[in-house]
Amino acid sequence: MSERVYQFVGTTPGTEPYWEAAKDGKLLLRYCKDDGKPHYYPRQICPYTFSTNLEWREAKGTGVIYTYSIMHAAKPPYVIAYVTLDEGVSMMTNIVDTPFDQIKVGQKVKVVFKDMDDGHKLPCFTAA
Amino acid sequence: MSLKGKAYIVGAWEHPTRKAPDISLMQLHAECAKGALDDAGLSVKDVDGYFCAAGDTPGLGGMSMAEYMGLRLKHYDSTDSGGSSYNLHVGHALMAIATGRCNVALVTLAGRPRSEGMATGTAPRMGNVQQAELQFEFPYGPATANMYAMAARRHMHEFGTTSEQLAWVKVAASHHAQYNPHAMLPKVVTVEEVVNSPMVADPLHRLDCCVISDGGGALVITRPEIAKTLMRPLVKVIGTGEANKAQWGGRDLDLTYSAGRDSGKAAFEMAGIKPSDIKYASIYDSFTITVVMQLEDLGFCKKGEGGKFVSDGNLISGVGKLPFNTDGGGLCSNHPGNRGGMTKVIEAVRQARGEAHPKVQVKDHSIVLAHGTGGSLGTRHVGSTVILERE
Repeated sequence: MSERVYQFVGTTPGTEPYWEAAKDGKLLLRYCKDDGKPHYYPRQICPYTFSTNLEWREAKGTGVIYTYSIMHAAKPPYVIAYVTLDEGVSMMTNIVDTPFDQIKVGQKVKVVFKDMDDGHKLPCFTAA
Repeated sequence: MSLKGKAYIVGAWEHPTRKAPDISLMQLHAECAKGALDDAGLSVKDVDGYFCAAGDTPGLGGMSMAEYMGLRLKHYDSTDSGGSSYNLHVGHALMAIATGRCNVALVTLAGRPRSEGMATGTAPRMGNVQQAELQFEFPYGPATANMYAMAARRHMHEFGTTSEQLAWVKVAASHHAQYNPHAMLPKVVTVEEVVNSPMVADPLHRLDCCVISDGGGALVITRPEIAKTLMRPLVKVIGTGEANKAQWGGRDLDLTYSAGRDSGKAAFEMAGIKPSDIKYASIYDSFTITVVMQLEDLGFCKKGEGGKFVSDGNLISGVGKLPFNTDGGGLCSNHPGNRGGMTKVIEAVRQARGEAHPKVQVKDHSIVLAHGTGGSLGTRHVGSTVILERE
């Protein structure tokens, strides 16, 4: 069975630090300095406060599966999920390197980085 | 100013095709327009308002389409909210008519995903990198089916909803489709057949998914004075509502409800009625879970009890308490252009007029509802609710 290929879409002005950090095995979150909380996906304006007073901080890289689906229609099948990070935001991701029958809602997971098609790395999660 | 009753749906027509390799997209639109205008007893020359979702037509908005059909317009609206666009258009046409911006509004939908070989539900769709979420979502393989599957999984986790309960939605749709000569899947299916069909995106099986079809439809909406001169049953627009739902920046992701919660509330408030007043409902059915969640959100049952509500044939006309999608819906009849809102409104109009198939026509009722969801329950979407009354 062929390996899954993660296709890099590109960056937009302001998102480069997220993808550069991922190359170093770090998951960055965008924080609003006005209310001190993160949002996801990262923007140049906070969708909660509409503040542009933002900064990047490194996430712990741990969380729990909020929901998931095993895509059997794909070859090879893959597991798409939302993971709620310990910092309180949820992100779309893939659950990798975990037997399908061990994946469940509420499962604790930790971040791992998968090679993308062009040298970038993609934050995915695996059972913690 | 209340907009309640300020416009009537006087024309509603669904294209019978389900596969149209030999009909161009713009011809399909025009055939639908002609069908709906003939149904109303109006001429294309009467049309002074045109509603065409931007994604449904080549060219800029509906501009090329308006030219193709020779329309001379005073009101032009290319609002696109995906599959719920046409439900929105009914509300927008109502506003335009009530404020004197136009007299006769035409709404068209057409699409050819089947002829064009589109892997509609199982392939992630690449967009423009400037769509800010794309770089953070596309690499993970979000397709229509697995996005709705994630909503289904969470619903199961929180409320104990089962695959068998979801299957009842398909079973009910198939009971209706058997009477529709144009339905793609006219065979009655059982709960066992649904849950034993191949898994597409766990927990959704192939038979939890809607069909992929070509086709389209159109609506004609006009002011009361004109409606009352036509020889058709009077179907009045008494409630409309629209709302969006999203991940909101990730702090409070909740995939257990849809925008229908807010669009439904607005429509019911405008109409001055309760869900229990509705005896027929067209409910967007891209997947079985879509129906379960929207029924809850619209107030037909409590949140979390949708699985129980749809079970045991409760959505089957003549059997259950809330007949739905009596044409077979997207699950069995068609899903033209991957957009099911138009056919939801059309079947609701047929039901209000008493022109549904006799085997599925709901008796002794006057108020119907048509609800659409465009976009994805798993990411972001816009819901729109329309409530109609037979006068």
